[in-house]
Amino acid sequence: MLLKNTYNEFVKILAKPRSYLGIGALTLLIAVILFAMKADGASFISFVTSSFEQTLSFNGNILNGNLIAFIILQMLIIHIPLLVALVTGDLISGEAAMGTVRMLASKPISRSSIVLSKFIAGAVYTLILTIWLGFLALIVAKWIFGTGDLIVLNSDGLVILKEQDIMWRYGLSFLVAFLSLLTISTLSICLSAFADNSIGPIVSTMAIIILFTIIGSLDVSVFDKIKPFLFTTHMASWRSFFENPIPTSKIMQSVVILLAHNVILVLIAIVKFNKKDITS
Amino acid sequence: MEKETVIKVDHLAKSFGSFQAVKDVSFTVSRGDVFGFLGPNGAGKSTTIRCLLSLIKPDAGKIELFGKSFNTSRAEILSNIGSIIEKPDFYKYLSAQKNLEIFARISGASVSKSQIGEMLEFVGLTGRGEDKIGGFSHGMKQRLGIAQTLLHQPDLIILDEPTTGLDPQGIVEIRNLILRLKNEQNKTILLSSHQLSEIELIANRMVIINKGKSIVEGEVQELLNAQELVVHLEVDVVENAKQVIKSHFPNAQIIGETSNELEVAIEKSQVPDLNKALIDNRVMVFALEPKRKLEDFFMKIVQS
Repeated sequence: MLLKNTYNEFVKILAKPRSYLGIGALTLLIAVILFAMKADGASFISFVTSSFEQTLSFNGNILNGNLIAFIILQMLIIHIPLLVALVTGDLISGEAAMGTVRMLASKPISRSSIVLSKFIAGAVYTLILTIWLGFLALIVAKWIFGTGDLIVLNSDGLVILKEQDIMWRYGLSFLVAFLSLLTISTLSICLSAFADNSIGPIVSTMAIIILFTIIGSLDVSVFDKIKPFLFTTHMASWRSFFENPIPTSKIMQSVVILLAHNVILVLIAIVKFNKKDITS
Repeated sequence: MEKETVIKVDHLAKSFGSFQAVKDVSFTVSRGDVFGFLGPNGAGKSTTIRCLLSLIKPDAGKIELFGKSFNTSRAEILSNIGSIIEKPDFYKYLSAQKNLEIFARISGASVSKSQIGEMLEFVGLTGRGEDKIGGFSHGMKQRLGIAQTLLHQPDLIILDEPTTGLDPQGIVEIRNLILRLKNEQNKTILLSSHQLSEIELIANRMVIINKGKSIVEGEVQELLNAQELVVHLEVDVVENAKQVIKSHFPNAQIIGETSNELEVAIEKSQVPDLNKALIDNRVMVFALEPKRKLEDFFMKIVQS
């Protein structure tokens, strides 16, 4: 029954216009970035490299597809959560708003299976969005801008990664980026279990991301103890794969915390939905 | 032979915060019954029905469907029930066919596409399967809702206000569909409705609930026959008729009058004598019409 309802969830997601809004918006955003970089990427790069020009000389195709992909990922990882929440925040509460939840919950499928099938469908949608992001950021950017070594400016300084040493890093970084977005998806599904309208969970998800991001960026000791446990602290962990050496333990810690968030949020959603009186 | 009990509700109670929606509701539905579930707005009908479908967890009381409880056999029970609660809501962005496929997949039975086509035909929606629900009228959605309840061939059908919002033609269509389910498929049907005349026409048993409590339960005809009739009389001289009634039938009550009409509450067995007494006393009777209706019975029960 879980698999059958998961299939149902895919049918619903594929038929909803808003599902394509996220993919369309992502495509548009990346197209704008690619256009801007093609039109005036050189001055953008010289702005970044100018502080190093007295000590270093940059040769070759710096403004290549690898760098563009890095820029895109860094710029969009903050905005994509909204596109994810737009679809996943509606998965349970949308059924309540539409009235279909009472038809769904009066069928011989457990409420836990209903939540789990929505979580799986939300995860697959998030994966598709991440793959689309990867395709546009890496494949299309490389096709337009060519390939080359990647120059990354970290807090420790400048890191130059060889062209042949990049793709596996992108592969793993997209996996961690997916896990970050999956946490957003699960959070919005969890909030969706508490609401009877579509907008509430989407707005609440964004409010939580903003709040946690602000807490994470405030350099105040009172928040030091909770910062490591906020999922927003670990949303930029994908970037760690572009450090040398790669901080494996730091990445693993982020992965564990993000996974823990997912498990806890799914459990909360299951408990809430099982206890809920369906009155809508 | 005693009929199998399909629904047994025993002292059901449910509160939402401080509001007690259902206080003490009990009734029994047997196999093959078309059971009328009546009550005024806010009586607790929808809450009770939602409890019957495990959408709401009761605070107290016991519910057994097919002799089983939700605690041990939820999926088994629900796979044998088809329901419309208040109004059938579907995924507006999907076609009627896709909607039925979605609900068929989780109905606990194997339903083929051809069966879905047959069901659309049964409810009079042939050729509309590929149309999106967004363009459907309320009546079409109701009929699709009935198709959805029947897809998995359930033994019990629960219809909560299936004619709400329908025009007279739609009401007749839904009534005919229910009668076909009763006559052709021998389904057990629990029917909640504000259309009391519908219940009177369709149901063989009923319960009336008011303010969260079940007030009366039994065979529809027995309950109605046990009541005194209201007889509508059209006569030449009302005063003469009133005198005859008062002198011959001291227990009868005149409950309404106009210049040449009377409404009299009287035992059913006394109606022929009333007619005879009026004629014997030279009162010209132009019309004598028994007005016993479920509406009268319902109002009497609810107001008492």
